[in-house]
Amino acid sequence: MTGKTVTRIDLAAAVYREIGLSRNESAKLVESVLSIIETSLVNGETVKLSSFGTFTVREKNERVGRNPKTGEEVPITPRKVLTFRASHALKDLVNSSNIESNHSSTDITKTKDFSSEFYAEDIKSNLNNLSEGKESLE
Amino acid sequence: MTKSELIQKLADLYPDPRLYHKDFERVVNKIFEEMGSALARGDRVELRGFGAFSVRNREARVGRNPRTGAAVNVSKKNLPFFKAGKELRKRINNNISQV
Repeated sequence: MTGKTVTRIDLAAAVYREIGLSRNESAKLVESVLSIIETSLVNGETVKLSSFGTFTVREKNERVGRNPKTGEEVPITPRKVLTFRASHALKDLVNSSNIESNHSSTDITKTKDFSSEFYAEDIKSNLNNLSEGKESLE
Repeated sequence: MTKSELIQKLADLYPDPRLYHKDFERVVNKIFEEMGSALARGDRVELRGFGAFSVRNREARVGRNPRTGAAVNVSKKNLPFFKAGKELRKRINNNISQV
């Protein structure tokens, strides 16, 4: 796995470039956005971020689990779990470049360029065939 | 809570005369835009305490139309995936508003 990892630092840098605040203030803004979301979720609220996704807290009832090693039955206590549903926009974005995760995107763009060239060749040869056909009709 | 409510809460937290409502909107949009483009590149987004976003690959498969039972080819695709961080998971279970 060679994929990069984006962290708070990268998000703060993006905010820093976007508005002319100091790096320190930009980092604080990122932290605040996350903590506002966290507080809302802890209070059991759903957080809907358009064009990104929805965070929901789901309540799970008690159920019987099993220790896979010993086969012993263990009750799993009722709990809350946080789920994320990506928006359509985000799903499309993740599929937009046809990349498998952890692959560099540069190779892919090259492949794309090639395919469009081939496509252009196809069109040209089709056009030639057409004009030839036209000549033979005449 | 919606995105606009999040923006409002952020603005309330920073009564800074240099910042207008529109600036907070740009901040919030930029953060999620940055996360989205990281995922689009196939990168992971890891926010300690909050959680991590990653992209999972789904291979092409033959699916079925649940109504008709007809076989349908489902092409391979990437899916965004989120795993909540330990700290946030604990807080959600114990209703701890502040760490």
